[in-house]
Amino acid sequence: MSVTKKPTEKKATRAAFGDEIVRLGESNKDIYVVDVDIGKSCKTDNFIAKFPKQHLNVGIAEQNAAGIAAGLATTGKIPFISTYAVFGSLRMAEQIRQEVCYPNLNVKIACSHGGLTPGNDGGSHQAIEDMAIMRSFPNMTVIMGADYHSTRKLIAQAADKYGPVYLRFTRDTVPMIYDENETFEIGKAKQLLAGEDVAIIANGDTVHLALEAAEQLKEKGVSAKLLDMHTIKPLDVEAVKECLEIGRIVTVEDHNILNGLGSAVAEVMAEEGKGQLARIGVQDRFGESAPYEKLLEINGITVENIVAQANKLLSN
Amino acid sequence: MQRTSVEELKQHAIELRKTAVTMVYEAQSGHPGGSLSAADIIAALYFREMNIDPANPKWEDRDRFVLSKGHVAPIQYAALALKGFVPNESVYTLRQYGSPFQGHPDMKKCPGIDISTGSLGQGLSCAVGMAIAGQRDEKDYRVFAMVGDGECNEGQIWEAIQSAVKYQLDNLVVFVDNNRLQIDGFCDDVMPLQDLEKKFDAFGFDTTRIDGHNMETIVETLDTFAKQKNGKPKCIVCDTVKGKGVSYMEDQAAWHGKAPNKEEFEDAIKQLEGGLPV
Ligand SMILES: Cc1ncc(C[n+]2csc(CCOP(=O)(O)OP(=O)(O)O)c2C)c(N)n1
Ligand SMILES: [Mg+2]
Repeated sequence: MSVTKKPTEKKATRAAFGDEIVRLGESNKDIYVVDVDIGKSCKTDNFIAKFPKQHLNVGIAEQNAAGIAAGLATTGKIPFISTYAVFGSLRMAEQIRQEVCYPNLNVKIACSHGGLTPGNDGGSHQAIEDMAIMRSFPNMTVIMGADYHSTRKLIAQAADKYGPVYLRFTRDTVPMIYDENETFEIGKAKQLLAGEDVAIIANGDTVHLALEAAEQLKEKGVSAKLLDMHTIKPLDVEAVKECLEIGRIVTVEDHNILNGLGSAVAEVMAEEGKGQLARIGVQDRFGESAPYEKLLEINGITVENIVAQANKLLSN
Repeated sequence: MQRTSVEELKQHAIELRKTAVTMVYEAQSGHPGGSLSAADIIAALYFREMNIDPANPKWEDRDRFVLSKGHVAPIQYAALALKGFVPNESVYTLRQYGSPFQGHPDMKKCPGIDISTGSLGQGLSCAVGMAIAGQRDEKDYRVFAMVGDGECNEGQIWEAIQSAVKYQLDNLVVFVDNNRLQIDGFCDDVMPLQDLEKKFDAFGFDTTRIDGHNMETIVETLDTFAKQKNGKPKCIVCDTVKGKGVSYMEDQAAWHGKAPNKEEFEDAIKQLEGGLPV
């Protein structure tokens, strides 16, 4: 694809879940939603209204939600557990491991409030380690779309793909990058820009920052390749290897720099034995109550820092 | 179809106990105590109550069984073998590399296992999910689950209980293997459970308490109490003896997860063949 116009309209990717799950529920009566008393903020209201027979609300009992979803899946249902990322990855982590991943059941964990996006809720609600945990489970696929349309497409694919999938959404709004007809494939990086001097690999709510950074670099005569790595597991290893032809890679993620996208890319680089890497992400520290943008800034997840890290690699 | 008689069920229960103890002896690893306490209930379920087909273990309309206390897998494997889901001799590969008979039930490896378990406190939630699916799809199948008394320490058990009541799952029957022991000793010392019958009842289950080794009572409870279609899930608190049938294992926490040596094994089989003192 090519990017020409600057993104302007903004939407939270949890809204993409709210809309796409209704479309899926309509066409497939096996699609279930399991809520845990946060249906409103996770945007399941329309689904509940339209398909009450495909909906459960098990209250504030995430562990039970995971087990129930597994039980439903053994009968051929495709349950989406809908919760916040911090609970979906941590409170029910062992349940997901034992009852979803170990028996490889067709359960989807759909999580709003990914990364620093629930800014004002503070550190208790900001999921900075969720993708790392989910990436460690055999059989699990781990996805975060960059914007509304890509997230819808990826949710649809997750529903079609047999097996456990962890989907992470933003609570806050993020710019729309892609148009409605763009296609996405789980496990295949989306190249937003071709480039020769530096490769930027970003995911989720940081992709638009990377896009802006790439444009600024271009104005200064630096040609940046940009990949939207919406699936961090299975990682598109070939796409990372292609970036190694450039050799200089900057990763950007709204997640701890440990064991997320940056680490996944680093694993490939280390095994290939080449390349230089700069990882941008949460600096292995908890968040706090603040506007989401402020939290990004504190952690250096900014356009300026992406540009700076790219330049630093170029000057090495 | 002629239903299995109480006398036959008692014989089956002895066979299951012998097979389970032999499996643990052969593997020199596994959990005999809780296998023996569960044997009579398992025999009644597999050989009389459950609508299952060994030739078609994934039959959509089958009754389901969830062994939430997954460590007693040997007693379930023994039932699967005697019922014909798996070849009889094959179960003695318990816990060996490549065996379908994993240390804890694995639905991917072993036919007749409806859900993988092993981490205590989780299986009952899965049973609730299966029962909800059956109810929503207007199927007649029922879901039977067995939890340990020690397992009821886990908070998730009570989450599952709440949801079974909310969704009015009268197609769900929960057995508590109330053998009064867990790993570190008596439940009353490790973490007192109070009166489990009253607790299930207070949460909204139809609850009864029976002698979990009296086959007549087990069968009667399944025939009457467990079959009521009244919008309430059922709980049968079964008073049992951990290690039941092998004198030196009875009521001994030490035999929770220990394999007998040769002499102990031969003694156990002799005792079991001598029949159960009722
Ligand atoms: C979550 C979890 N914690 C600990 C264990 C280890 N464990 C295996 S059996 C057991 C005791 C179970 O006691 P109970 O439920 O009463 O079973 P039974 O007496 O029937 O063997 C424990 C603590 C486990 N399997 N899962
Ligand atoms: Mg016990």
